[in-house]
Amino acid sequence: MGVGINVEHLNAWYGTTHTLQDINLNIPANHATALIGPSGCGKSTFVRCLNRMHETNPIARATGMVKMGDVDIYKDAQPVQIRRRIGMVFQRPNPFPTMSIYDNVASGLKLNGFRNRAILDETVERSLKSAALWEEVKDDLKKKSGASLSGGQQQRMCIARALAVDPEVLLMDEPASALDPVSTSKIEDLIFQLKSQYTIVIVTHNMQQAARVAENTGFFLNGKMVEFDSTHKIFTNPKDKRTEDYITGRFG
Amino acid sequence: MATRIKFQQNLDDLKERLLIMAGMSEQAIQRSIEAYRTRDLSICELVFQSEPVINRLEREIDQMALDLLAMEQPMAIDLRFILSVIRINADLERVGDQAVNIAVRVREMGAFANIELPVDIPKLASLASAMVRKALQAFIEADAEVAQSVLKLDDQVDEMNDAAFYSLSSLIKEKPELTPQSLNALIIARNLERVGDHATNIAEDVIFWVRGKDVRHNQAVV
Repeated sequence: MGVGINVEHLNAWYGTTHTLQDINLNIPANHATALIGPSGCGKSTFVRCLNRMHETNPIARATGMVKMGDVDIYKDAQPVQIRRRIGMVFQRPNPFPTMSIYDNVASGLKLNGFRNRAILDETVERSLKSAALWEEVKDDLKKKSGASLSGGQQQRMCIARALAVDPEVLLMDEPASALDPVSTSKIEDLIFQLKSQYTIVIVTHNMQQAARVAENTGFFLNGKMVEFDSTHKIFTNPKDKRTEDYITGRFG
Repeated sequence: MATRIKFQQNLDDLKERLLIMAGMSEQAIQRSIEAYRTRDLSICELVFQSEPVINRLEREIDQMALDLLAMEQPMAIDLRFILSVIRINADLERVGDQAVNIAVRVREMGAFANIELPVDIPKLASLASAMVRKALQAFIEADAEVAQSVLKLDDQVDEMNDAAFYSLSSLIKEKPELTPQSLNALIIARNLERVGDHATNIAEDVIFWVRGKDVRHNQAVV
């Protein structure tokens, strides 16, 4: 099951650039939450702070509190533990090109020391089914490389790979921006199905996509979170003029 | 820097088109009342002639709105504006229909003696027209306060229509020979009451557009 995320006074820097400024936000469990905003507004930095990937950049740092359930991820846990609980899917699918579909999906488990074949088989099948890819690849699991799949299939395979380690939270950084409309629909359907089991945070530039998949939406601008509300409210009657200017395309 | 220049231009065009439609519907109502007052059938003809033009404008505005919804995926205030335009468009077309209904009644009344009736149709018409005018002013100026003031006028129109009903039905009982004139006047009063209802709808749509609040069906105005 998914877990809620509570963010308080989160600040982040790249070198001297203050990229996130005092972000306070409650992301509810088992919901899809969309983050929107212009390029460079800090939304990707924000999701990278949620799984402590931000700090992998040597010039980056973050302060504040991010609680996943009861765990303060910056105080009570190691980054590796956190990333096991939080799966991440990126803009462009990033399969391991020399690995089979099976090995791509099982890679996270293997890295964590799982070797039991039956468990691996069961997990790969379950994850591919959850990612709505099983029917398309079940006969070629070990024959085809992950890189031989179409872009949309590769992205669903990457989602299966993220699900295989049984995370509670799924972070998606523009997961469909490089995909055609049919593959995009499949990813969106998937998000809709997955949110009953996982807490999903999706960064997107596609506002119709945010409106379609997310219950809540946050608008970021210049490193600040201007507005966070139900997606319905944000897209029909936002409170802040800057949010309205952005979503109506009047933001110059 | 302004963005979405073409979209903004299209929204302006849509608004302008709706205002042309509004002008025609308002004029049709005024003409129908003028025809009642003067019993001039040539004015009724002008009302009949305006109907197909109003109908054509209704279809044109709907198509423009549909195109914008499909092609521009409007959000927030733009989405509310286009939805309001679609609804206001339908109400204005119905105002035009009420003008035609009144003109039909006036034409029918021409066959009977022009007698003094216990109902002040011009006064009722002036109030209903004022509601339409005010609702359109609210639309032009995006002014929810003005729109709200329209809602309050509707009760007055309803009361005048109720009073017309009682006085004309009493007249029919007392002087059955005046039934045709009384019935026509009764229907005209009802038509004008409907014009007031359409003005109310338009005002509610302006409030929805400007404030994002749905105040239809006596929901509290926030």
